[in-house]
Amino acid sequence: MNTKSIVIAGVGGQGSLLASKLLGKVLLNENYDVKVSEVHGMSQRGGSVITYVRYGDRVYSPVVQSGEADFLISFERIESGRYAHLLKKDGILITNTQQIAPMPVITGAVQYPETILDELTAKGIQIEAINALALAEQAGSAKAVNIVLMGQLAKHFHIAYDKWISALEQTIKPVFIELNKKAFQLGYES
Amino acid sequence: MKELLIGNAGIARGLYEAGVEVISSYPGTPSTEITEFASKYDEIYCEWAPNEKVALETAFGASLKGVRTACAMKHVGLNVAADPLFTLSYTGVTGGLVICVADDPAMHSSQNEQDSRHYAIGAKVPMLEPADSSECKEFAKLAFEISEQFDTPCLLRVCTRIAHAQSIVNLENRVVPEQKIYNKNPQKYIMSPANAIKRHPFVEERTKKLTEYAETSPINRLEIGGTQIGIITSGACYQYVREVFGDAVSVLKLGMVNPLPVQKIKNFAEMVSKLYVIEELDGIIETHCKNIGVEVIGKELFSPLGEYSQKNIAEAFHMPAKEFITPDTEIPMRPPVMCSGCPHRSMFYLLAKHKITVLGDIGCYTLGSAPPLCALDSTLCMGASVSSLHGFNKASKGESEHKTVAVIGDSTFMHSGMTGLANIAYNNSNSTVIILDNSITGMTGHQQNPTTGYNIKGDPATKIDLEALCHALGIQRVKIVDPYHLDECEKVLKEELAVDEPSVIISRRPCVLLKHVKAESPVVIDKNKCRSCKKCMKLGCPSIHIDNDGKAGIDNTLCVGCGVCKQLCPFDAITS
Repeated sequence: MNTKSIVIAGVGGQGSLLASKLLGKVLLNENYDVKVSEVHGMSQRGGSVITYVRYGDRVYSPVVQSGEADFLISFERIESGRYAHLLKKDGILITNTQQIAPMPVITGAVQYPETILDELTAKGIQIEAINALALAEQAGSAKAVNIVLMGQLAKHFHIAYDKWISALEQTIKPVFIELNKKAFQLGYES
Repeated sequence: MKELLIGNAGIARGLYEAGVEVISSYPGTPSTEITEFASKYDEIYCEWAPNEKVALETAFGASLKGVRTACAMKHVGLNVAADPLFTLSYTGVTGGLVICVADDPAMHSSQNEQDSRHYAIGAKVPMLEPADSSECKEFAKLAFEISEQFDTPCLLRVCTRIAHAQSIVNLENRVVPEQKIYNKNPQKYIMSPANAIKRHPFVEERTKKLTEYAETSPINRLEIGGTQIGIITSGACYQYVREVFGDAVSVLKLGMVNPLPVQKIKNFAEMVSKLYVIEELDGIIETHCKNIGVEVIGKELFSPLGEYSQKNIAEAFHMPAKEFITPDTEIPMRPPVMCSGCPHRSMFYLLAKHKITVLGDIGCYTLGSAPPLCALDSTLCMGASVSSLHGFNKASKGESEHKTVAVIGDSTFMHSGMTGLANIAYNNSNSTVIILDNSITGMTGHQQNPTTGYNIKGDPATKIDLEALCHALGIQRVKIVDPYHLDECEKVLKEELAVDEPSVIISRRPCVLLKHVKAESPVVIDKNKCRSCKKCMKLGCPSIHIDNDGKAGIDNTLCVGCGVCKQLCPFDAITS
């Protein structure tokens, strides 16, 4: 199988590392070769955070470049615009519609481009937009946005639902597992 | 058992399997997780040292006593540890000693993109460079064999894309070699001139032997794929090369990047029509090739700046670019910011308000340089705030003393701020140093340090009293403030800047991200009282924004109720 690429884009603190960990686990359990490239350190302090997940028979590069991603999962609305260039022409953008204002917007230096998803759709990008924040809150915590979006992504994989759940159990602390199972289900059924 | 591990965890596993007994490190992105993962193995004694020099000297002591030992640091940390490194090359080792160093091309979280391979060349010690997490583990183990076989410290280099990329690792058992007996050996271990002069020829001879090893070692691997194009590469670049070319080119993958083989490269050059060197940062392999008379194409095609990827290698070879779509709308930048409730924020607000010149340091508080605070004037290296403040004030002949400060974190102060403070006291400058004590090493992800009262395992440890330490370093005036109390901070800041003697202000409040720090309820804006003066916006707090009605609004998911904005509002529109 050719290498497939998934990009997770979010804001520092939104739990993109945990999402990539879950994805890595489920793909490893399916016996794929897997590479997950993370960003630690300064970039996490409320900044834009990007994580790459690649899998296939044999994965070489740990990073994803322009026009290579099969999926872009954006945890925040404008991050989808920031990283849309990573998608293949027929790649799929899964995005949270939540808005988190970056500092230049907060200080009033620039406007938040609210219509970014319409523009990307007009340009021909296939978009699945969900209010992951609302679903996460329904599951019990705003922090579960990451797992809601993984549920949405899982619909595109030929991996049985219970295998995702067992990967979730291997990834998440027992005290938070029920909440995250619920979040995953809400994303999966959305 | 197979596991998906980041390169740093792969190294930690390798250290464990190699039977390492002592690890001493200082945190630094992207190296931190090596020591963090290693500390989870109870069989290994692990610690955070105050700085990288102390860490390497600790490892030297452990090696002297006869056990396998390691330390880990980021590229700029190796600058700090360079002093012991260069003479450790002369003494060699008893128990194997491995120094893990993580470079940061593209400066994801660093102040420069220096290439650590220069240290291997300069110190005349071997350096290995793995290309994925599995090799991280294997090379860590091999590094100990090389260290002991050739009587040398051995460097293990990774870059961010290896250190922080997960790939599959096959776990094996730990094997502890028999501890060597410590025997007094002054000729080998006392590097006085008379002894060192005899050790230098040993170092030169060792390099020859290591070069022979490089000629035959399987970690310098030839992968044949035709005779047209040959590529010499190592580390992450190997992965990019394979991604671009598949099996269509021949590759000499170097697992040992110092010393470099001679005959192996010459033979490879003869095999292929055109030979390229693809290496991030400096053209070290390229220069070596040219020195031994092998014609290669390298930096004329590839930049010495930043990281490589499959994309820029494909571009360099004029391969068609992949198609993609970009929006026309400009996406606002999302730079890292100080967190909501960050105890550093209010101090930077006051420094900016009073137009104080601020010599900065390395840590989360470097973010004080960002708009709207724009409160920093310089950031150079660990500890430089304190020492450069002294130089700045001496140069101004007294003119700057009352309007200039240094800011430095608790961990950075322990790392290398103390000596600068001793210099301020000893050489008598009226300098004011602010220690931003958030009771943790923040930016690298919450590591303990000598001022926190806990060790790497989270067990209670001796807590060094910063106030007493400053007094002991010769500073009479040491004031402690709570940065959440703006008036108090402003008063003390004015007083300490006004006095004609050296002084230290310890701005003390734990990082809000620490688990034991409980958040207060978010503050509330009284829309009737808010007059849209935007004074609260001057804090640059990510929790505060201006709503569509032109009045201040609070993001309840982010606000931790620190209350600093409340003190700033002239109309009492912000309440708890």
